[in-house]
Amino acid sequence: MFETLSDRLYGIFENMGHKGRLTEQDVDEAMREVRRALLEADVNFKVVRNFVSAVRERAVGEEVLKAVTPAQQVIAIVNEELIKILGSERVPLESASQPPTVIMLVGLQGSGKTTHIAKLAKHLRDEGQSPMLVAADVYRPAAIDQLHTLGRQIDMPVYSEPEEGDPVKIAWNGIRAAKDRSATVVLVDTAGRLQIDERMMTELVDLTERISPTETLLVADAMTGQEAVSVAETFHERLNLTGLILTKMDGDARGGAALSIRSVVGVPIKFIGTGENVDALEPFYPDRLAGRILGMGDVVSLVERAQQQMTEEDSHKLEEKVLEGRFNLEDFLSQLQQLKQMGPLSQILEMIPGIGQAMRQSNVQITDDQYKHVEAMIYSMTPDERRHPDIIKPSRRKRIAAGSGTSSDQVNQMLNQFRQMQKMMSQMGQMGGGGGKKRGGGLRSLLGGGGNPLGGMSEADLEQMMGGAGMPGGMPEGLPGGLPGTSGGGRSGGGQGSSTQLQPKHANKRKKKKRSKGKKR
Amino acid sequence: MIFSRLFKRQAEPDPQVEAGLKKARRGIFQDIVKLFERSEITEDLYEDLESLLIQADLGVETTVELLDNLRDRIRREGIKLPTDAREALRTEMIALLHHATKNRKIKIYQRGVPFVTLVVGVNGTGKTTTIAKLARYHQKQGRSVMVVAGDTFRAAAIDQLKIWGERLGVPVMAHEPNSDPGAVVFDGMQAAHNRNIDILLVDTAGRLHTKHNLMEELKKIRRVMQRHVEAAPQEVLLVIDATTGQNGLSQARHFSEAVEITDIAIAKLDGTAKGGIAFAIARELGTPISYIGTGEKFDDMAEFTPETYVDGLFFGDDDED
Repeated sequence: MFETLSDRLYGIFENMGHKGRLTEQDVDEAMREVRRALLEADVNFKVVRNFVSAVRERAVGEEVLKAVTPAQQVIAIVNEELIKILGSERVPLESASQPPTVIMLVGLQGSGKTTHIAKLAKHLRDEGQSPMLVAADVYRPAAIDQLHTLGRQIDMPVYSEPEEGDPVKIAWNGIRAAKDRSATVVLVDTAGRLQIDERMMTELVDLTERISPTETLLVADAMTGQEAVSVAETFHERLNLTGLILTKMDGDARGGAALSIRSVVGVPIKFIGTGENVDALEPFYPDRLAGRILGMGDVVSLVERAQQQMTEEDSHKLEEKVLEGRFNLEDFLSQLQQLKQMGPLSQILEMIPGIGQAMRQSNVQITDDQYKHVEAMIYSMTPDERRHPDIIKPSRRKRIAAGSGTSSDQVNQMLNQFRQMQKMMSQMGQMGGGGGKKRGGGLRSLLGGGGNPLGGMSEADLEQMMGGAGMPGGMPEGLPGGLPGTSGGGRSGGGQGSSTQLQPKHANKRKKKKRSKGKKR
Repeated sequence: MIFSRLFKRQAEPDPQVEAGLKKARRGIFQDIVKLFERSEITEDLYEDLESLLIQADLGVETTVELLDNLRDRIRREGIKLPTDAREALRTEMIALLHHATKNRKIKIYQRGVPFVTLVVGVNGTGKTTTIAKLARYHQKQGRSVMVVAGDTFRAAAIDQLKIWGERLGVPVMAHEPNSDPGAVVFDGMQAAHNRNIDILLVDTAGRLHTKHNLMEELKKIRRVMQRHVEAAPQEVLLVIDATTGQNGLSQARHFSEAVEITDIAIAKLDGTAKGGIAFAIARELGTPISYIGTGEKFDDMAEFTPETYVDGLFFGDDDED
């Protein structure tokens, strides 16, 4: 049940070969899988129905381009249509012509309202605003305390009146206080209920009428099921929502709720919450969510995170090294450390198409502990050994093993795999290098430009190294190798070529070459 | 509701369950009941039923299986009337839910040994509220209860628990925010021993099931408990939000891997017009569902039984007037 949609579609079209057009029958079968994938992602039933018929209409009779497989073609159509529904462009927050801008957060209990008030406040302050928080949730025990605690954490003023029971009064006084302190944004926390009831709605309507917020944002849990639409509809009817914050997106929820709400209610998704820390708020990008709903990974976010960790200059230096075959264990160690800064390995792997699924299927739990073996081995080497791994002979190997608490065999394996990786890297460099100054452009463009520490190292090779260094159970067979675009350790099994269609065009050529190789096997 | 009268109840109605499922009963399940008003059993009926069951959050696979079983039964028993088909649907739904009760272990409360319940779940599912309700439930049975504020992470979670402890007259063991949850659990276990407490309810920080380190922390808490009472925690309760969709399955799987869930509580049932995730959990995992949260008050909690649950989805006192 964790198979990705792309895997299933490849399965369906496997025997079809390259036909001229997609027949009705082909498409029908594919649409059944699309429907199932969307329903499993908790997309609203009616939205799925309309969506599938729209895609079907577009797909039937479509000419299959020579360059792609029918499965890829269908995935591309599905993806485009999804993005269309999700709103092709990002909608930013409005600000009032006369400050302060009032932003009100509403939602059911437990959706993450109070936490997201703090996240949003921090985000706005980073943009140069001066926010103030107002605690107008007078019902939930300790809600006011929670906001104060969060306010202290991010060093932001919080307005509250613990003795006052009327949220309208509190909000009104809060806004006045904000004006006095010349705050530019006021964020109002409201009471959430377990369910929508009339009293809560009336109260929220009163509040809206009194403080007329510039933005009324619904905070919705990404894990919500078919209920999501009716909740959003009810809020929208009464309060005229201006946007949506989708929370708990750091889990494995596909986020079908967002698609449903966007499609039925028409309210733009403005942010997604990706963790418990006050920094864990990201602007919303339709294409990324589309990929996630379809279970196709999130390569763009991955690249972005990688870019945050490395400057252009660093990556350029690294590239030179890789291309000239000078990439040594020292560089590898620093790559490992950068990778670690990007977040837990399991989370990073999740973002790569196919890998997250493969990991779940074979029940592999990848933890950051597995970095440690490799790290320990490299730490146990002398600087000279790190720069010139070739000098490591049996006696040195023994010492390294003893120093790192591993075995001589493990060290050997690690070194072998490192050598393979090195070889592969220099090949890759030659492939991409157009000679002269443009040398290296190919490598950099593999992941859509910019520098990133993974550019020079394929995840599969990293994994192989880990496996060699004593990872429990090793990696599952058939794990799609490498980041798309980097030539990984052979794309075997179900993950073959998934999401190729979604990559930048220049990566495709290389991929095709790779795949034809794979078929011979 | 005339149609619901045609159903025969299989068990004594539980007013709590009926009240909690009111919204679901008046939502999707009312539409399901109406499906059977037609004069004969047609393919359309199955198709419409499929779409409604999926909309009730049963999930694709569970819906397909339920429908297969229904078709089989209808064929086997030579059912012709839609009203009989509806009865068959109910029987199949109850049968499905039995997967969620057959593995339930009998709870043994021993004198002098605290019965420890570890309450876990993702963020915002209603763990703390469920703890308050459980405390109330045990109090009514005449057991002495103590609560451990093991959620040291969420701002003000400790305060929330203290407020509830005060209202219920239950002692709350708490440390400073951001302290080690293992430490407060340790002290809680000690205090439970010293004060001869029957029931020790341990709150934990909400965590997304995909966060490995946090799941490891749960294992640590478990080890700390076992230093005092070997059998502890006698109950590991996963709280799932009733409005959760198919992700609920993933939650249950991941938590089970980390801490061997013994029971599931479905919270906020009164807030959903769906209630189908119980079926998906029953079919896919078979982890016992033991409690359901049916309202916002301390007393709004009921024991889960397949019969009252399914009957609650189809009818209640409010419908019969």
